[in-house]
Amino acid sequence: MTAEAVRVRPAWWRRIPVHLVVAGVAVIWAVPLFGLVISAFRPSWAVLSSGWWESFALPGDYTLENYRRVLDRDGMALSLFNSLAVVVPATVLTVALGAAAAYALAGMRFRLRSAVLLTIVALIIVPIQITLVPLLRVFNALDLTGSFLGIWLVHLGFGLPFAVYLLHNFFAAIPRELFEAAEMDGASRGQIFFSIVLPVARPALAALAIFDFVWTWNDLLVALIFLGGFRDVAPMTVAVSQLVASRGDGWEILTSAAVLSVLVPMAVFVALQRHFVRGLLAGVSKG
Amino acid sequence: MIADRIVLTLAATAVVVVAGWAYLRLGDRALAALPHGAYRRLVPWLFAGPAVAMVLLALAFPAVVTVGWSFVGADGGFAGFANYAQTLSDEVTRIALRNTVLWVMLLPSLAVLAGLAIAVLAERVRYGALVKAALFLPIAISAVAAGVIWSFMYDYQPSGAAQTATLNAVVTALGGEPVAWIVDAATNNYALIGATLWTQAGFAMVIFDAALRSVPDELLEAARLDGASEWTAFRHVTLPFLMPTVVVVATTMTVTALKAFDIVYVMTNGNYGTDVLSTVMYRALFTAKDNGLAGAVATILMLTVVPIMVFNVRQFRRESGAA
Repeated sequence: MTAEAVRVRPAWWRRIPVHLVVAGVAVIWAVPLFGLVISAFRPSWAVLSSGWWESFALPGDYTLENYRRVLDRDGMALSLFNSLAVVVPATVLTVALGAAAAYALAGMRFRLRSAVLLTIVALIIVPIQITLVPLLRVFNALDLTGSFLGIWLVHLGFGLPFAVYLLHNFFAAIPRELFEAAEMDGASRGQIFFSIVLPVARPALAALAIFDFVWTWNDLLVALIFLGGFRDVAPMTVAVSQLVASRGDGWEILTSAAVLSVLVPMAVFVALQRHFVRGLLAGVSKG
Repeated sequence: MIADRIVLTLAATAVVVVAGWAYLRLGDRALAALPHGAYRRLVPWLFAGPAVAMVLLALAFPAVVTVGWSFVGADGGFAGFANYAQTLSDEVTRIALRNTVLWVMLLPSLAVLAGLAIAVLAERVRYGALVKAALFLPIAISAVAAGVIWSFMYDYQPSGAAQTATLNAVVTALGGEPVAWIVDAATNNYALIGATLWTQAGFAMVIFDAALRSVPDELLEAARLDGASEWTAFRHVTLPFLMPTVVVVATTMTVTALKAFDIVYVMTNGNYGTDVLSTVMYRALFTAKDNGLAGAVATILMLTVVPIMVFNVRQFRRESGAA
């Protein structure tokens, strides 16, 4: 409040540049989304002959037909559920294994502890491309390509370094007295983990779960390589990218497919954005 | 089929939760039967073991194998640096390297600029929350959907035809000639980087937004009382406080730029001179089916992130002290 009082409000014309920058950025960022959503509700003849902004002049011109056509499309509705079948178990696996490991690394002393921790921090930014050639060969040999089990394991392996790092930062901030008091009372590590660490860390677990959910849902490369060749297990990102690559469809189909693919992660993200932001901030700075 | 997927989703989730719980509970109890010293030595591995094993199997070992493979020729024999020589002498790889450099120069600096500008300036206008929401939403959008959105924004009709895509409609309304943003080599790489920036700037803004709250108000007030302009106060008080955050955002975006794949794959598939290292590697792996060559490209990609990796590890050691 005092800062506001001290600050002399500059003359209105000196604030024009600020408004220009802020409003300009807002428009540049909002317009593509508007164009997408509006075009997805326009009939194909309209999309072909006029821009989405012109549809405001023709009220009542909107239709749900595009969505019906996309969902009727071979496997598109199934892809939506394939995405869920890939993402939910992979996320739960990553959070579970990550939480157990982060507890060991933050709450226990053991040999190789710092070596493990530093390796994990180093691996966070490893480009997954470096692992694809050997992984694909092993997966082909084990007949895991095109299977949900296979892609859960790949997402688990790729997601764990960030998960362990993020949760370790949270767990390390839990007062050690909490653990020590429980140990004095004769609680085992397992009891401490389930009855103290997990309940206390619930916000952190939620943050990680949302982060991982959106990340895995939006992944294309891993799905393309480990599920790509198999249409009946392809998730949304692969299905939409195939729709784009086939080049046979108008913008009204591509945009409504894109809207469908965005719906779930967007809903999760908007509903739980506070957790997401917390996870993001903990991921980049010490929690 | 859809019912199958729902059942699979629920069943797999239940199995993971129950199996995870049983593993830790029973493992803990079994180890507790051992002498206390052995329990304390072994129990960390009960917890960390599965994650460590997964990371080794899915990341560390394959990475080492890939580097090894990059020295193996198409005939299966040791080829020295032949794969590297072959890929680096290839025009396609050289273009990809040039483009990757362009990505690494532009994406981090633009993301820092946009994120910082909006984090700072949104506080000063009444519609600040709206602007933040506009930047924030695209974070949840996949690169595939962003590829569709921006392909649609950049779409091109020949001069004279109705421009149904936003950008060319603006250009022609201003009296210009329509531009084939994605095909034209003068614009297409910038177009792809711009589309990526659209999805990433929100990350930068959120991080700067949080960091701005750590700038002490008293210092800013003192500067203003001394007659400093808003710009001077920002330059000499706020910015120094934000420097560590700038570094964090810039390194994160650098890694994003180096790994860029999805948006290029969807929007151009590397055509028209827009290849990046990831798309070249993908083609070497799937079209050419040349593991040695793909390994060499992946190793080059890996080498580019090593400096950031070393930096992150040193940063972590300093911050955590103990490790």
